[in-house]
Order: sequence, then C-alpha cells, then structure tokens
Amino acid sequence: MIRNYFLQTLTIIVAFIFTIRLLDLQLISSNYKSLSQNNAIIESPVFPDRGFIYDRNNKILVANQPGYDLMVIPENTIAFDTLELSKLLNITYKNFDLKFQKAMKFSSKIPSIIYGEISKERHAIIQEKLWKYQGFYLQKKSIRKYYYEVGSNILGYVNEANENDMLKDSYYQSGELIGRQGIEKYYENYLRGVKGKAFYQKDRFNRIIGPYEDGKINIKPIPASNVNLTIDIDLQIYGESLLKNKRGGIVAIEPETGEILALISAPSYDPNMLVGKERSSNYIKLSNDTISKPLFDRSLQAQYSPGSPFKVLNALIALQEGVISKKTRFTCNKGHFYARGAFMECHCSIGTNNNLISAIYQSCNTYFAKTYMDIINSKNSPSDGVNNWKNHLESFGLGKYLGYDLPIGQPGFIPNSNYYNKFYDKDGWKASTIISNSIGQGEILTTPIQMANLTAAIANRGFYITPHFMKSIKGNKKIKIYEKNKTSIDSIYFEPVIDAMEKVIQNGTAKIAKISGIEVCGKTGTVENFIKLEGEKTQLTDHSIFIAFAPKNNPKIALAVFIENGYWGSRWAAPIASLMIEKYINKSINRKWLEKLMLSGSLNDEYFKPLSGKPFNINE
Amino acid sequence: MNKPFIYRLDWVIIFCYFFLLFFGVINVYSSTYSNEITNTIGFNNQIVKQILFLFISISIGIFILGIRTQFFQQFSYIIYITSIISLIGLFIFGHPVNGATSWYVVGGTSIQPSEFAKIATGFIISRHLSNFQADIKNWKTLIIGILFILLPAFLIIIQPDPGSAIIFCSFFLVFFREGLSFSYLIFSAIAAILFVITLLFPLNYIVYLIILISLILLYFLKKSNPKIKIFPFISLGVAAILFVLSVNFIFNSVFQQRHRDRFNVMLGIIEDTKGLGYNINQSKIAIGSGGLSGKGFLQGTQTKGNFVPQQQTDYIFSTVGEEWGFIGSFSLIVVFVILIVRMLNQAGKQTNTFRRTFIYGISSLIFFHFTINIGMSLGLFPTVGIPLPFISSGGSSLLTFSLLIFIYLNFDANRLNDW
Repeated sequence: MIRNYFLQTLTIIVAFIFTIRLLDLQLISSNYKSLSQNNAIIESPVFPDRGFIYDRNNKILVANQPGYDLMVIPENTIAFDTLELSKLLNITYKNFDLKFQKAMKFSSKIPSIIYGEISKERHAIIQEKLWKYQGFYLQKKSIRKYYYEVGSNILGYVNEANENDMLKDSYYQSGELIGRQGIEKYYENYLRGVKGKAFYQKDRFNRIIGPYEDGKINIKPIPASNVNLTIDIDLQIYGESLLKNKRGGIVAIEPETGEILALISAPSYDPNMLVGKERSSNYIKLSNDTISKPLFDRSLQAQYSPGSPFKVLNALIALQEGVISKKTRFTCNKGHFYARGAFMECHCSIGTNNNLISAIYQSCNTYFAKTYMDIINSKNSPSDGVNNWKNHLESFGLGKYLGYDLPIGQPGFIPNSNYYNKFYDKDGWKASTIISNSIGQGEILTTPIQMANLTAAIANRGFYITPHFMKSIKGNKKIKIYEKNKTSIDSIYFEPVIDAMEKVIQNGTAKIAKISGIEVCGKTGTVENFIKLEGEKTQLTDHSIFIAFAPKNNPKIALAVFIENGYWGSRWAAPIASLMIEKYINKSINRKWLEKLMLSGSLNDEYFKPLSGKPFNINE
Repeated sequence: MNKPFIYRLDWVIIFCYFFLLFFGVINVYSSTYSNEITNTIGFNNQIVKQILFLFISISIGIFILGIRTQFFQQFSYIIYITSIISLIGLFIFGHPVNGATSWYVVGGTSIQPSEFAKIATGFIISRHLSNFQADIKNWKTLIIGILFILLPAFLIIIQPDPGSAIIFCSFFLVFFREGLSFSYLIFSAIAAILFVITLLFPLNYIVYLIILISLILLYFLKKSNPKIKIFPFISLGVAAILFVLSVNFIFNSVFQQRHRDRFNVMLGIIEDTKGLGYNINQSKIAIGSGGLSGKGFLQGTQTKGNFVPQQQTDYIFSTVGEEWGFIGSFSLIVVFVILIVRMLNQAGKQTNTFRRTFIYGISSLIFFHFTINIGMSLGLFPTVGIPLPFISSGGSSLLTFSLLIFIYLNFDANRLNDW
C-alpha cells in the first residue's frame, strides 16, 4: 500500500512546498518588485531646452547651441592610434589614456564621456576623422550661447550642479545644468522648465534595449519659458564700451516702471567665457584677478560714499521737515566753522550768499552743513533727529536691500542714533559731530543701484518702483507686479530741487552734461576715498559720481554713474551719464568729440598708482 | 479491449502534455525574444527549432502508438547498448560546449545522447525487473539493476555533466515500488540530512550530536524492550560519524570549488548576489516580481533584460513566474502534479511488470526533473543544470519526454491487451 502511493504523496508534498514558496516570493514579500525595477528599468531624465532670454526690444541675448561630448563604448573599440586621437582632442596622451582607462573600469558596455563640451569648431574637425575610431561617437547636447559680449553681470551663467546644489534641492542630479549667477540663477525655475522622465528597459549589462512599456509611463518635460528682460541691450553695450579701461558702475532705470535699462559694472568679462570646455579654467582666471575683480558687480555690490548728490536728499528732507524753505539763504566764506575750531571747506568764494537752488547747483558745502544741523536739531535730541533723518532716507531705499531680482547685492549703510551712541557714548555727540553726513561723506554708504533708484524717485516726484530686470515671460506674462513705494517727502517739495538739478547742467557744476533738446537734471559728486595701503590709511584720487534723469518732465531715464578714482564729478561721470541719456533718448550721439574722449579715456594709470609701491600724488 | 483505440487513450495525459507544450513554447519565445531584437538576423533560431522538434516529436509519437509492447521489451538490450555506445562515442565525435562534451552536432542541430539514455535506462530496468525469477530483494538482481543505472550515469558524469547524471537516481525509486526495503531510503535520507548539516555546522558538534542521539534512542528503546542489543547502536553511531568525516573530506577535497559554491549559496553560507549566487538571486527576483497575475506575455523586465542566465533552458520557470505570476506558476505546478500522479496511478493498474515498471520509471524521472528544476529556480536547490520537461528549450529533451509520453499512452491504452 505504501509502495503504491509513496511517490504520489511525495509529488504532492513537493508541489505543496513549491506553492508555499511561490506564495512567499510573489504575494508576501513585496521587495522583489522594486528589486526587479532597480534591476531592469533605467529612469532617464528628459530635459526641456533652457529658455531663451531677450531684451526689452525682443533682441535675443541668450539662446542654446549644440555642444558635443565625445563618447566611447570601450567594448566596441578596436586597436586605434591613441596618440593621433589625443592630438585631435588637443589633450595629452597621458590624460587621454587616463580617461579611457576610467571609462573601461566603469563599464566596457556602457558609454562614457571621454571628452566633454567640444566646441562647434573642434567638433567639425573631430567629426571628419572619427570614422577611424570605432566605438567612439559624438553626442549632442545643449549648451548656452550668448549673442553679445556684454551683460555677464546681469545674465550670470550656467554650469553643472554640484553636491551642494543637490543637497539644497533634490530636483537636481549630478551633472545637470543649473543657473549660477544673475538672471540664470534668479529665474532658474522659469528658464529650466521641469525635466520629464523616460523609462528604458535595460539588460543585465545595463545596456538600454528599448523603451519600457513603449514609453507609456514616460513623463513629459514641462517646457521652459522664454523671458524678456527690461534691459536695453544697445544701451548696455554702449555703457560697457564707455567704461572700458575704467572701474565703476552705471545703473539706468526707467523711473515710471522701475525697469532697469542697463546695469554696467566695469571691468567685466564676455559671458561666453563661461560656456563649454574652458569654463572652469576661465572662471579660476576671473576669480583670481583680485585687482580688477571682474566677478565683483560694482553696480550692485560696491558700497561707496554717495558724496554731493546726497545734498539733494538732505534738501528734500529739510523742506519736508520745514527747517528751510526754497528761499532760505546761508552765507559761505570759502567754508564755515561748524563748531569751535572746526572748519569745513567749500569751493564757493568768500561772501557767497546762496539760496537753495544756487546752493544745489553750486554744490555749496556750507549751505548743506547748516541745513543738516537744522534737520538734526529740529527734534528733541540729536538721537531723535538722526533717527528721523534715517527714516526719510530709508523711504528712498537706502540702507537696506532694494529687493531687485538678482541674487547678489549690498544694503549700503545709513547710521542711526545707536550707531553713534556706541561710537561716541550716549550724549557724547551732537549734530556737528556727524556733519560729514550733510555732504554725503562720513559713515553713509550706498550702492550705485540705490543711487539710481533714488534718482528715479526724485524724477517721479516722490515714489519709486522697486528696480527689476524681468519684463515678462512667454512674451507678455508678468511674473510679479511691482507696487509704488512712496517716499516720505511730499511731491510739492521736489519741484524746487528738480529746478536746481536742471540748473546744475544749465549753469552749475555739470555744464558738460548739457544735451541740446533734452532737459537733463543731475547732480555731480566728488567723493574722497581711502584704502589701507601697507597698514596705513591712504587717500586715493576722488571718485567721480553723477546722478541724473531726463527729460525733466515725464522722465524716461534715471541713472547713477560711479567712476572709481575719476577725480571730480563732471570729469568722467557727468559726461558718461549724459552720453547714456543721449544714446537712450535720441538713439544717436551728436557730440562725437565727447564720445570719443570718453571711449578712449583710460584710468589705468590711476589704478596702478597704489600698486606701484612708489609714493604717488592724488587728484592731479 | 472492446473499445476503439482512440477511446482507450489517456486523454487527461494528452491534455496535460499539450498544455505543457503550448505553455513551454510561449515562454521559450518570450525568454529568447530580447535576443531577437539584438540579433540582426531577424530570425529567432531557438523558437523555430523548438517548434520543429515539437512536430518531429508528435510525428514520431503517433508512430510509436502503433508499436506492440513486446517490441520494446525484446529490443530493450539493443536500445540500451546503442545508447551506451552513443555515450561512449561522445568522447570521440562529441562537440564540446562550455567544457562539457555532451553533444553531437549534426547539420546545425545539437543532439544530447544523455537525454535518450533516460529512455534506454527506463527500458533496461523494466526489462530487468520483469525477467522471470527477478526479485529485487535478491542481492544479485539489485546489484545488476544498480549497475544498469550507474553505467550511463558514470559516462555522463565524466562528460562532465553531473546534473544530468543525478537524474538517473530517479530509477532507484522503481526498485522501492517493486519491493526494495524502505530502510535503504531511510538510510539515504539520513545520509542526505547528515550531509547538509555537516556543511552547515562545525564538525565536532555534529559528532557530539550523533553520540547524544544514539544514546537517547538506545535509552528509550531499552526501556520499551530490555532485550535490545547495544552493538548495532554503537556500529550505527560509528558509521554515522565516519560518514560525516568522509563528507567533510569529500566536500573539501574531491568536489571542485564551483560545486562547493553551489551548495554554499543554496544553504546561505555564502551571500553573494553578484557573483556565485547571481543566477538564483536573479531568478528569485524575476519570480517574486511577477506578483499575483504576472507582468504579462513579453512584458517581463527581468526576462527581456536577460538578467537570468540560461533562462530559456534551466531557468525557464523564472520566465513563467515573472510573466504569468502566481496564477501561471501555480497552474503549471498543478498540471505537473496531475500528470505525475495520474501516470503513477495508471501504472498501478498495469498487470504487466514491464509496462508497470516502465511507467513508474518515467514518472519518477519527470518527478525528479520537476522537483530539481523548479526547486532550483525558487532557490530551494543548488544549481543543477537540468531542463524542465516539455517547457525548457532544447530539442533532445523535448523529443525524449514526448517519446516517453507516447510510450506511456501506448502502454496505458493496451493495458488489457497483449502481454
């Protein structure tokens, strides 16, 4: 009996064990499904083309161009002339061999990059000879193309995401492109779109053998948006050419909208330097240049004393506070004693009796020192006076980040009472102690974009719109609506000040900025500045500064120009500003002689002085 | 007897046979599908051959249905000797593949004589046991029977193809069916258990364990029957210890490293999913990822990606598991169980010893293939390179098992007929 049914029983027992095992593997253990997916499915990102960048007049600034990676599948190679190929790629034999070994070590069946981001020119040469090298091929990819050699400080650049980026945002994977500065960084999410996913079936050698489920579960990428900037590229180009061989910045704003028309920092660099193969070596070169600092955006990051243009603000505050009127007069005797034994010089001749208008266009120190004393002393204590004064300034966007749409910047500095209390002890100071603030020297620091912004606020007679670079995306869509920021000064007080600013050009310190047919309003500045040289505070040639807007009524452009060590305001900054205005409003320059002078002018000798190690004279 | 032949045929087995054939072709097609993509020839050789062999098998099979039982019985020796010669001939004319000389290559088709040796051995064992005066309890009969099995097994081992040789053990089951004492089986089972635990645990523990178990056994038996003698226990214990020691020696000195690795992987001593344990691990992943209803025909990602080596032959069950899921795999197991159990039951009805032992022999043969092959795919057995009958790709195997089925159909249909 046992013998008859022995094997039958055994068969059923075995089948039972198999069933239990199947139940365990297929229905109970859940990890086999994911194991098989890891095993057999490659998820590969699909990148949308990065968005194009246009200027305000729809001129294209940034697009994409094909770049090429030389790929190799080591398994498919046959014996080849390594030396010739490495010559073709313009790398050393040793370097090439190293890369090839690395690719081989990684996998003999999967493609590896041997040489990345080959330029279009070199690509043509390699392509021609590539037939000799079996197993090698060129893979196309998209890299940035900059149409102009300018605007690198605005546009920023793109490079491959590193570990840090991946930690910050899990969206990125190694080697993926990420916006690195400027617009490319600030509007990264719009410019990059959202990558999709493609799933491929792979085999056990990790080779892709076809789409997974015919691509049914692939996720389409969300296309990137093209954007229009507020920049006028012609003005930007012109501005950069004017700042050749000079250091400084120009910021031009359309007052009515807060749109930044041009943002120039000099010295600068060609944005194409940071594209493709030479990016990292060029970047190192640029960042190692600690003397001219091309990566330092002087128009956003440099904090200067504002100098005489600040008198305009003090005039406005004094009018608002009622401490002076349009008709208030002060006498200047080549300066005045603002405290016992303390004399402030002025370039007015002895016995000059200025009213507000003439004080502004003559840039009289005495007038504004006295005005400033009145502002501070109009309150119960100097502390209250300073804090009130600071509040007025902050309403012009000074002493704080402006909130424009680029990732870098500086807040500048406007002192308050706490600052002086700490410095001089409480009650250890009064208005005369901080008198330098009256003429824009002293502790105050501003960036060129803040100066341009306050100029726009004056041009608008009492408000500014946060300056910004983004005009629209996808042709007409606004990303953000910028609201009016009202200043603390009533609009009626602006008229006399603006009249005075017009006189600055008509018969004041900046006659050189006169443009026939355009009513330009402006204010020059000449700023003392110091550096530490071999441990000693050393004065350098003054900075040349000019703020201006035009036309006087219904202004189209407001700008600030800073020229480092350019001496006095109307020597460099005022003519450059007026050329910018002429260029923007008239589209052409009539004053060719002035243009030529500015374009060819160089301050390199001036910049070399403190580096020479020899004693030098300033302001000559 | 009275009914026409067609009604006497075992239609249950025919149904199972065709189900397995059909399912087999589908899965072989799927597991070789990716090869088709990568090959530029555009023609999938394996599946064409498989279908070709399928038709050859059925054609020959129908012819076999008409042959009388006596023919097989009388020609058993000749068939066996021919088969042995074909195995020996391999060493002269054989075509080495992967280091094993297991194949004749004739006109682009490979023929594996070790497959056909299974039929021949089945015949010779049946003939031997059906001889007048044959009695398996008799030493002489047993030893000659064992030699009939060991001769082809030995020739196959030295090809070397130990996996196929192991299969010949299935014929020992015929001896038990025909009256051999089960104590042999019990001793074999104990030996197998000792073999496995020798590999798993330190030697001295096992020796202590054997002594302890012998003493406990002795104590309880002595209690129930005081007359029992001590000597057999001592000799048994000593034999067990000697066996364990020899296993240790054989495993470490006689086995080759790859054989040792297979055991070590299966027993979990080595956890190496990339190297030695790769096949079994990938097979488990493929089967496990199938879930309840599988990924569908040609949708198996493991299968398409060729992750399981030898998938169309030894690991075909992983394709079944991945693409047809638990439902498909379980159905396949059920059909095999029906096939084996039904054939065994029908064998029991035979009065003719030759036919009974032959059917029993081929049932155990299919049982062994079924157990070892699926057990291996599920990670329950070490890797043994044998096909899953009717399912795996391979002409010789398909032809052999088909012939066995048709011989069974013949024998079963003529149960009441000629002696």
